[in-house]
Amino acid sequence: MELTVGPNQFFWSADRWAALYNDLADAPVNRVVLGELVCSKRLPFYQDRIPDAVSTLQAAGKSVALTSLALVTLKRERKLTCELAEMGVEVEINDLTALPFFPQSTRFSVGPLVNIYNEGTLAWLAARGAQRVCLPPELPLSSVEVLAAAGADLGVTIEVWGHGRLPLAISGRCYHARMHGRTKDNCQFACEDDPDGLDVRTLDDQPFLAMNGVQTLSDSYASTAHHIDALAKAGVSALRLSPQSTGFTALCDVYRRLLEDQCDGEQTVEAIRNIDSSARLSNGFLTGDFGADWSGDAAQVSGRT
Amino acid sequence: MVMEIVCPAGTPAALRAAVKAGAHTIYCGFADETNARNFPGLNFDRSEMRDGVAFAHTHGAKVLVAINTFPRAGEEVIWHRAIDDAAASSADAVILADLGLLNYAAQNHPDLRRHLSVQAAAANADVINFYAEAFGVKRVVLPRVLSVPEIAEINAETEVETEVFVFGGLCVMAEGRCSLSSYATGLSPNMNGVCSPASHVEYSDDQGVLDARLGGYTIHRVGKNDPAPYPTLCKGCFNASGKSSHLFEDPVSLNAERLIPQLQQAGVAALKIEGRQRSRSYVAQVVRNFRAAVDALEAGHPLPEGMLARLSEGQAMTTGAYKKTWR
Amino acid sequence: MPQSPVQIPRFPQALAYPLRFMPLVPLSASLTAYSRRISKSHPELFRRLGAHGHTRFVLDPTDLPFVMLLDPNGGTPRVTVIRGAGEGAARIAGPLAALLGLVHGAYDGDALFFSRDLVIEGETAATLALRNAVDDAELDLSQEILNLSGPLANPLQRLLAFLERRTGVCLTRPDEVEIW
Repeated sequence: MELTVGPNQFFWSADRWAALYNDLADAPVNRVVLGELVCSKRLPFYQDRIPDAVSTLQAAGKSVALTSLALVTLKRERKLTCELAEMGVEVEINDLTALPFFPQSTRFSVGPLVNIYNEGTLAWLAARGAQRVCLPPELPLSSVEVLAAAGADLGVTIEVWGHGRLPLAISGRCYHARMHGRTKDNCQFACEDDPDGLDVRTLDDQPFLAMNGVQTLSDSYASTAHHIDALAKAGVSALRLSPQSTGFTALCDVYRRLLEDQCDGEQTVEAIRNIDSSARLSNGFLTGDFGADWSGDAAQVSGRT
Repeated sequence: MVMEIVCPAGTPAALRAAVKAGAHTIYCGFADETNARNFPGLNFDRSEMRDGVAFAHTHGAKVLVAINTFPRAGEEVIWHRAIDDAAASSADAVILADLGLLNYAAQNHPDLRRHLSVQAAAANADVINFYAEAFGVKRVVLPRVLSVPEIAEINAETEVETEVFVFGGLCVMAEGRCSLSSYATGLSPNMNGVCSPASHVEYSDDQGVLDARLGGYTIHRVGKNDPAPYPTLCKGCFNASGKSSHLFEDPVSLNAERLIPQLQQAGVAALKIEGRQRSRSYVAQVVRNFRAAVDALEAGHPLPEGMLARLSEGQAMTTGAYKKTWR
Repeated sequence: MPQSPVQIPRFPQALAYPLRFMPLVPLSASLTAYSRRISKSHPELFRRLGAHGHTRFVLDPTDLPFVMLLDPNGGTPRVTVIRGAGEGAARIAGPLAALLGLVHGAYDGDALFFSRDLVIEGETAATLALRNAVDDAELDLSQEILNLSGPLANPLQRLLAFLERRTGVCLTRPDEVEIW
């Protein structure tokens, strides 16, 4: 199974951003998707660093794709999306707005924020040029199995959300700006202070969500540590790891060892906890009753009452 | 041209009430997971749908059938059958969001009009035109993330009719792109047709202090004399940065009544009222207000004063994303 | 925040007091018979309850000294009137006028709930199913009584109309709802 690094979902300084991709050149991952997924206002801060990151990664033998924005509304964003299709690098679409800009013959990949819930949709996108798909994290294992089988018939590579805070929602409204009493146009980049998103807890102080500008993520880090065999058996060929601010390349190592059978699920979880002892894990979307559910170990008490 | 009032009906009784109250068009769904208001006790079986369409047609109104969840892998046939049955009941259009379903409808029922559901979150002219070219979509329900000038820009660049929400519940997230509900409860709008489902709601009243929990997470805590909002996740009160607040949205509901003239100028074809889960009394009341408003606009009269406050959630109103400062 | 424009009438305490001494067994029997009559004329009501067709509901008119336990019983309903809180999977509590107005489609359930004229506890999904099923059935409780009353129907109808005007309680299904 391959490891893919998804686009960084957070707002990091250009230097920190570039350092991640320098480090990833030496990390045991096969593929890197980069660029701005969440908010077009962040892009100018690091846009000029993208070409270097792409060539560094390519030189290190990684396959590289550029992501589209998750929600395209403004003229400037439509223009960005159109230009993306002309950059000569494979594009991962995370909003269908990118699709009309591709000629019928262009091959592209599809990210987790495009709604692929069934074989009909997968087949239609495959016919339109999709060669690789990262499924929406919300899908249960039973759907992943059906779609991976369909993907095999259609010649589409199927990837699933492997590790990281789950992208749960995207909005036209910026919650960071709202919290600081600012409008989105005058946000003053409040989200920059939270390199993994801002913790959102319930009134009973249970950890629940993480706020990231116009995006809402899970508090928990979804982990497939206990599902590698089931996913491999289903025909899933890649896991997506979502960048986090601490120990991300170490995390890539952990999952590589898991894929190469050098450690089991329990040991993987322990290694993840060694990187960040406070991280809460979940795998409920795949096999649990609800997304935040965690089947992994009794050590983590469920946050709910 | 008079803007079309598109009105919800969760039951046959609500459909008849809406038609009598002056709705031009009714939207409704089958009583299963194929539509995004799959609530207990709601919606239409096959014969109720046939009768409902016939009743509406007799009174000069149209019926749109919402089949706007995303079919489950391996079980698309349930959704395909819903499209077939909507066509068989002589519905005027189906409202769809899933690419595979749009393709199915275009291939198998080319004469059945196709509307793009808000669940597809098509938020710009490029993607709307893509849906028109690929699947012959004639109308798009715009996601509630756009300002009035942005809606005008979209209309300037597309032949596809636009329908916008003017009253009722307000999603603050791009619809069809949100799995907050399934994260907390396992049930989502996209897969199950429910958001923050009643089956996972618990209220507890402790000497007038009302706690509302969803899937075990406390979403609201209100005092004795405060309005009691339903624990919809995105309108909950949460702690962040040492403060408790409604981080995403206050418990408000949308009322764009005063913006009807601007929406008409922006080229909007139809005004949509949210609330298939609301009673027939609510539906009739809201429809009568909006019908009076568009009729007044058409006749060049001033808009009648609104009387809808009490019908809304938590009794507070917003114009939502239509005003840019909302963002 | 706007004040609610509608005041829900309360059952007069002077009249509620004697009800404390009313024998409840005959009342339960009459209400059970009455509810079975409704279930015959509105079978779709029970179909809409779906998975909640065997859920016990506690209907609590907060201005009366008793509660009603409603067992839909898959279409052969039973009503038991008791004093005290009552046990059930779902409780719907509010002034009698709110409950009757809800049944008759004069009020919107969500609006009554938001304004806290109505309090619900227990299985919210069951309560919603009941609310939606009742709303679709377009019930008229007075008409159901009149249908039973033979030669007394006319004077009874006049009495109900008089009571409705005097109390503001919605005892019949309004044709055109203009309460708001």
